[in-house]
Amino acid sequence: MDTRIRPPSNAVVGRTVLGPDVVRIDIESPFIASRRRAGQFVIVRVDERGERIPLTIADSDARRGTVSLIVQGVGKSTRQLNSLPVGSRLLDLVGPLGRPTHVIERGRVACVGGGIGTAVIFPIVKALHAAETHVIAIVGARNKGLLILEDDIRPLADEFFITTDDGSRGRKGFVSDQLLDCIKSAQAAGTPLDEVIAIGPVPMMRAVCNATRPFGIKTVVSLNSIMVDGTGMCGGCRASVGGEMKFVCVDGPEFDGHAVDFDELTLRLQTYREDEQRALKEYMESHPPDPHSH
Amino acid sequence: MAKKPLQKKKNPIPCQEAGSRSANFLEVALGYSPEIAVSEADRCIQCKDQPCVAGCPVEIDIPAFIRLMRDGDFAGAARKIKEKNALPAVCGRVCPQEEQCEAVCTLAKKFEPVGIGRLERFAADFEAAMAHGADGAPLPKKAPPTGRRIACVGSGPASLTVAGDLVLQGHEVTVFEALHKAGGVLVYGIPEFRLPKAIVQREVDYLARLGVEFQTSVVIGKSFTIDELLGELGYDAVFIATGAGLPHFMKIPGINLAGVYSANEYLTRSNLMKAYTFPEHATPIVRGKRVAVIGGGNTAMDSVRTARRLGAEEARLVYRRSREEMPARKEEVEHAHEEGIIFMMLHNPTKILGDEKGRVKAIELIKQQLGEPDASGRRSPVAIPGSEFTVPVDLVVMAVGQGANPLIRATTPDLKCNKWGNIEADPETGATSKKGVFAGGDIVSGGATVILAMGAGRKSARAIHKYVCELPVRVG
Ligand SMILES: Cc1cc2nc3c(=O)[nH]c(=O)nc-3n(C[C@H](O)[C@H](O)[C@H](O)COP(=O)(O)OP(=O)(O)OC[C@H]3O[C@@H](n4cnc5c(N)ncnc54)[C@H](O)[C@@H]3O)c2cc1C
Ligand code: SF4
Ligand code: FES
Repeated sequence: MDTRIRPPSNAVVGRTVLGPDVVRIDIESPFIASRRRAGQFVIVRVDERGERIPLTIADSDARRGTVSLIVQGVGKSTRQLNSLPVGSRLLDLVGPLGRPTHVIERGRVACVGGGIGTAVIFPIVKALHAAETHVIAIVGARNKGLLILEDDIRPLADEFFITTDDGSRGRKGFVSDQLLDCIKSAQAAGTPLDEVIAIGPVPMMRAVCNATRPFGIKTVVSLNSIMVDGTGMCGGCRASVGGEMKFVCVDGPEFDGHAVDFDELTLRLQTYREDEQRALKEYMESHPPDPHSH
Repeated sequence: MAKKPLQKKKNPIPCQEAGSRSANFLEVALGYSPEIAVSEADRCIQCKDQPCVAGCPVEIDIPAFIRLMRDGDFAGAARKIKEKNALPAVCGRVCPQEEQCEAVCTLAKKFEPVGIGRLERFAADFEAAMAHGADGAPLPKKAPPTGRRIACVGSGPASLTVAGDLVLQGHEVTVFEALHKAGGVLVYGIPEFRLPKAIVQREVDYLARLGVEFQTSVVIGKSFTIDELLGELGYDAVFIATGAGLPHFMKIPGINLAGVYSANEYLTRSNLMKAYTFPEHATPIVRGKRVAVIGGGNTAMDSVRTARRLGAEEARLVYRRSREEMPARKEEVEHAHEEGIIFMMLHNPTKILGDEKGRVKAIELIKQQLGEPDASGRRSPVAIPGSEFTVPVDLVVMAVGQGANPLIRATTPDLKCNKWGNIEADPETGATSKKGVFAGGDIVSGGATVILAMGAGRKSARAIHKYVCELPVRVG
């Protein structure tokens, strides 16, 4: 048997537009595809001048040897990434990084996804479903046009809810409102939740943690720190959890949400805001939006 | 023939002028000309007991290569050095010669020592220029294939040495590197102005031409484990040289403010990711106008000089001991001075203060004095109570040392490590507690030097060769 590891081609073999500026890309990387587990991420670099971008592995297909990433084009690098056509290739793809999700078997878990965080919650829902856990999935967005992965998550969830801030789909309000109702009815039915997993923008994760705290329900969040290497070498991804310094790339990305210092995380996430705006502006000027991209 | 009087001082190395260089990332030292090289080589008195050789961690035959240089045979000198040191262009630039060969040079008793490092650098650069790029240099003959396969984990100087030695002995070698570029600290840590990346690339390309396979973007412990390398992936031996890559942060208030970096992050952004060209390269970096770098080693020196080049009007180095105790290379300290770095010796940070946006705005320092000598004989600094004061800064870089990265340890339970997480390895062979697994460089010694990492690599290469040659013939 030939045991040699062949460097993966990192070729983009599939591309699906999921929503405005949200694209799912499938990349050929057999060894990452065969060993990644829910909750893990990769770091990609598009080209020689590109930055290293951490992205959760949304899904994988071990048979085809592909991993799927769901990318929201917010800055220059993510826009570059989500405009890559099928047939192009990523310069670098490294992973799987981070610790996998602790998957509860045959339990009861609420999975809450907000905005692009829904892409991160999806593989966790899939893993919990496979572990025969009762999954309550709550997916939220600002409006119905921004909802993603509804058709992928719905069949895996035992209970499924949608919320939008403007009420254009599902319940009008926040995911945390829906979660509160779910917690209460679960308790009333004598089937309390073992855990809540909440992934999305920082204010949403904070709101969910505030909602679960009085009930003492373990709440796991996934932090989207700024990263460079993803191997514990730089400390750029550090966050305070329970008063201790953690490196999100190797100690996380998932942590006990009740112990995370969200204020600090918010400020650290803004470190490069002006730089990012400048880079995006220059990029948009040289790459006018493609009318055919959606 | 009358003997001409000995020149007492080293020939100075021509440098970019301090004013202009502190605004660019080009190499500071330009190197000797052939004439200066011959003149410097001529200072060596070819003394009989040649203490310099013993002072060199890899025992380069220093008087022999200097003799060749004196006679103008620069290529021959380079070959002589390469018998013992595979990376002379690197070592000539970054070795702490003032603590090694030059410290014990006979001339140093009365005058300045022979500029051994500068001569080494000249010979290596001369040879490279003659080779006309990567495909010019003639390749040495390799031993016939042995069919044995060796995996090197990490691509710093220790692994590069092992890979080069073993590939020549006919083994198949794969180097796995977590980052997207091979070279270890030589590419992500040490800045361009001190070690041009083209030099490191030249060495990596040379090894690749010899047949070493480089697999970048593979994190051992995550992408594959050590057991998988030895098992289903079919490697006969593994050499671990993952460096000292876990940054330490001081436990002081404000350490997580935006604008506080580890030196690793700061230097990686600048060197590996080329953030100094932002937005041409996409990685951003905080460009401080007033910067405080904490520490006294090479990492601190590289960080503070990078800050200067990124536009800092005030770039200060804060070190808790005195200048004599700074572990940085002497030449770099001198260069830093010339570039206008502010040295604050005997000071230690007590807190970092932020503005309402969570960005650094000042640092509080406390004055220190040297107390009684500690167990190591060094006088340890003690804080002077009540001497705190604040300095306005907008960027703080922590260069206060690094520990061992736990990724491999965590996934290789039978690999014995000490209480700091460094791998325990036999100093003569690099053998670890795990069969077929060897280790060397900073992951064993803790943060040390390029040449010591290479020395450890050379010893391990010998032991690995012996180990795989004695393995029973594989069946099936
Ligand atoms: C900023 C700086 C300046 C320095 N200046 C000098 C100097 O002037 N002179 C001097 O002699 N020494 C200097 N040193 C020290 C010197 O660079 C190190 O001692 C030397 O590089 C150690 O070599 P190494 O081979 O052990 O590992 P490194 O050079 O540290 O390389 C280790 C490599 O392994 C990779 N790696 C880590 N974990 C994994 C994994 N799990 N899987 C795959 N790959 C992995 C890392 O990404 C890295 O590329 C400096 C160090 C720094 C940080
Ligand atoms: S010790 Fe100095 S003078 Fe003596 S051989 Fe070595 S380099 Fe020459
Ligand atoms: S990204 Fe560098 S340590 Fe986590």
